[in-house]
Amino acid sequence: MLTKKVKNRIIFLIVVIFIFIISIFFVLKSLNESILYFHTPTEINQKKNLSFDKKMRVGGMVKKKSILSDSKGVKFVITDLQNEIIVSYSGTVPNLFAEGKGVIAEGKLKDKKFFIADKILAKHDENYMPPEIKIKSGN
Amino acid sequence: MLSNTGITLVILTTLLSVLIIYKSFTELHIENNLINKKIFNLVTFQTTFSILSFFVLIAGFIISDFSLVNVYENSHTKKPFFYKVSGAWGSHEGSLLLWINILVIFSFLFLVFTKHNNKSYLLYTLIFQNFLILGFLIFLLINSNPFSKIYPIPLEGLGLNPILQDPALAIHPPLLYIGFVGSSIYFSAGIASLISNCRDKFFAKSIKPWVLISWSFQTLGITAGSIWAYYELGWGGFWFWDPVENASLMPWFVITALMHSVIVLEKRNSIYSWVIILCLLTFTISVTGTFLVRSGILNSVHTFANDPSRGLYILIFLSLMIFLALAAFFRYSKKEEYNFFLKSKETLILANNWFMFFFLTSVMIGTLYPIILEVLNDTKISVGPPFYSAVIFPFVIPFLIFMALGPKINWIKNKYSRILSNFYILIASILLNLLVYFFFGKYSIISNLIIISSIFLIIHSVKDFFIFFKKKTESDISRIVSHLGFGMLILFIGISHNFTVENDFNLKVGEEKKFSGYQINFNSIRMENEKNYKKIIGEFKLVNLKSNLEEILYPEIRIYDQPETLTYEASIKTKLSADTYLTMSNISRSDYYNIKFQNKPFMIWIWISAILIASGGFIRLIKIKTQ
Repeated sequence: MLTKKVKNRIIFLIVVIFIFIISIFFVLKSLNESILYFHTPTEINQKKNLSFDKKMRVGGMVKKKSILSDSKGVKFVITDLQNEIIVSYSGTVPNLFAEGKGVIAEGKLKDKKFFIADKILAKHDENYMPPEIKIKSGN
Repeated sequence: MLSNTGITLVILTTLLSVLIIYKSFTELHIENNLINKKIFNLVTFQTTFSILSFFVLIAGFIISDFSLVNVYENSHTKKPFFYKVSGAWGSHEGSLLLWINILVIFSFLFLVFTKHNNKSYLLYTLIFQNFLILGFLIFLLINSNPFSKIYPIPLEGLGLNPILQDPALAIHPPLLYIGFVGSSIYFSAGIASLISNCRDKFFAKSIKPWVLISWSFQTLGITAGSIWAYYELGWGGFWFWDPVENASLMPWFVITALMHSVIVLEKRNSIYSWVIILCLLTFTISVTGTFLVRSGILNSVHTFANDPSRGLYILIFLSLMIFLALAAFFRYSKKEEYNFFLKSKETLILANNWFMFFFLTSVMIGTLYPIILEVLNDTKISVGPPFYSAVIFPFVIPFLIFMALGPKINWIKNKYSRILSNFYILIASILLNLLVYFFFGKYSIISNLIIISSIFLIIHSVKDFFIFFKKKTESDISRIVSHLGFGMLILFIGISHNFTVENDFNLKVGEEKKFSGYQINFNSIRMENEKNYKKIIGEFKLVNLKSNLEEILYPEIRIYDQPETLTYEASIKTKLSADTYLTMSNISRSDYYNIKFQNKPFMIWIWISAILIASGGFIRLIKIKTQ
């Protein structure tokens, strides 16, 4: 027979392992639900099974002279120097959002050429360029 | 001139730390209870030289000596004096020098203030601390020299990124670094304690003040960073669960766990090995965080200039450090007996550790998962706030309740006797929660539970506070203050998270907009010149349609010349009950300005609570000092 001490210890271990598994499962499940995929305009253009109702991020450079704004919001073009995508957004843009600068838009795709953003992110570094573009433009 | 002086001082510091390591080793073999005066002198010299080298760098920034690359890249003659000084630690090189300074100063203070201890323990601590100092000094000299020269000497500097020109961000790195780097001293002390067999109570007593100092400063550092994000970034939030922010939060979880476990070691002479693991882990995670931030591996919005070669060195150094620490741990650790009763203070303090490690693991998974996935199959993802809210928020509820009940339970074994009073407090918190509900409106079940449990903790802490003033015995004021602060922090974050009124819209000058109980008039716009920037100031009239209160708000768009950058300065009216927050931005010079309006209840209280948490640590420190 097991002594009381050993029994207690076994029960304790089982409880701990059980809680551990539950919490890991829980963590991974919420992770799966809340990840956002990051794509460049070229990837969006080439990819076949894009989901149109899941949020994602699109990153690249704001195309020069593409920013239009009116009373409803702002429209601009994100380019990776190969493909482009039009982004429509209403809300505040970050400090370093400007033509020719790196940008990340978060939102949903309407179709392969049109993206509705609900958040715009820009890096704090004024000289920042997304790595993909840095390679392509060769500097 | 300055460059040579600086470099000489840094090299002297390096030589001195080699000398200290050598001297300490020889001193170890001398049978004697007192440490040789020479070692004290060496450490004093090392500290002096290291501090002087940092002053040389600051002087370079103040007089705008552009022969230094670091000054040229991060400063400008027209920059205000305050930001010239803070520019010294704004860059990677300068912040590394600051890092080394804190390592050196902590080693000096540890040696001076831990006088009555075991000799070999002190010497080993000094040796390991100097190995760390040496490692970072070599890194500084071969890769990130803040005193590098440039020729021909440029006439003007490139300037500091304007969004870094903010008082909160100027003090943010030093505060955070005292927390991060301060943990190095108990990393060294931990290994020293294993080797010199100076364990248990004695060890706990000697590291406790340093744990408290680094914990309090790190709390303040994280707060300063959040305040900066709130004022400067213009989106009205203060925590984004961005990888760089997480990198500062992860060590905080471990230090918090350590701070609680050290008490168990001190009072009950138990869980020694666990305390050692925490000591080693805190500094390791701090350096890992820095490595991730500096190498640019993390995909973060707060990306500043970075360079992968830096990462490589830190990575090698880090692996070496972890390997040595683990080797020492397995070589010298002994088996321990644990005899805990379930209903005892020790168990509940360990419960704190369970929660801290759960939070740590979840934040770590959220931060590292994108990196791992990118390496595995080249998909880029980001893990956003929803993940953290889903994983962390539910566990905050039991955590708060444990925080309220834990301190009331006795050491060793406890019989529950205060069930009734706890029940009353619970009822009171539910009633107060209903009050919040009626005052502000609907919110989710989980928010309800979080607010109830935070009020539960607050009432408990306030009650303890009164008991403390009546009896002035037993009760521990520093714990009460910190726990009260934490309860308030969660409560006010909960309220401001749920009841912020927010609206985004575009307006032309002269137009007005009405929405959910507010009216905003865009009155006028004017331009002014400042020392190193031009500013466009908008004048807005805000009318609260319910209470008919009128306010005038002046958000700004600043155009800095060096480097040429736009920043949007929010106009924030802070009251005890709420902040009104208005930013104005202009997109590609059209007539329309984008306006972001927010009304955030109790914002100021979030900062007050965070400062309260940190001040608990300082109060305890003063108490230790006076005893």
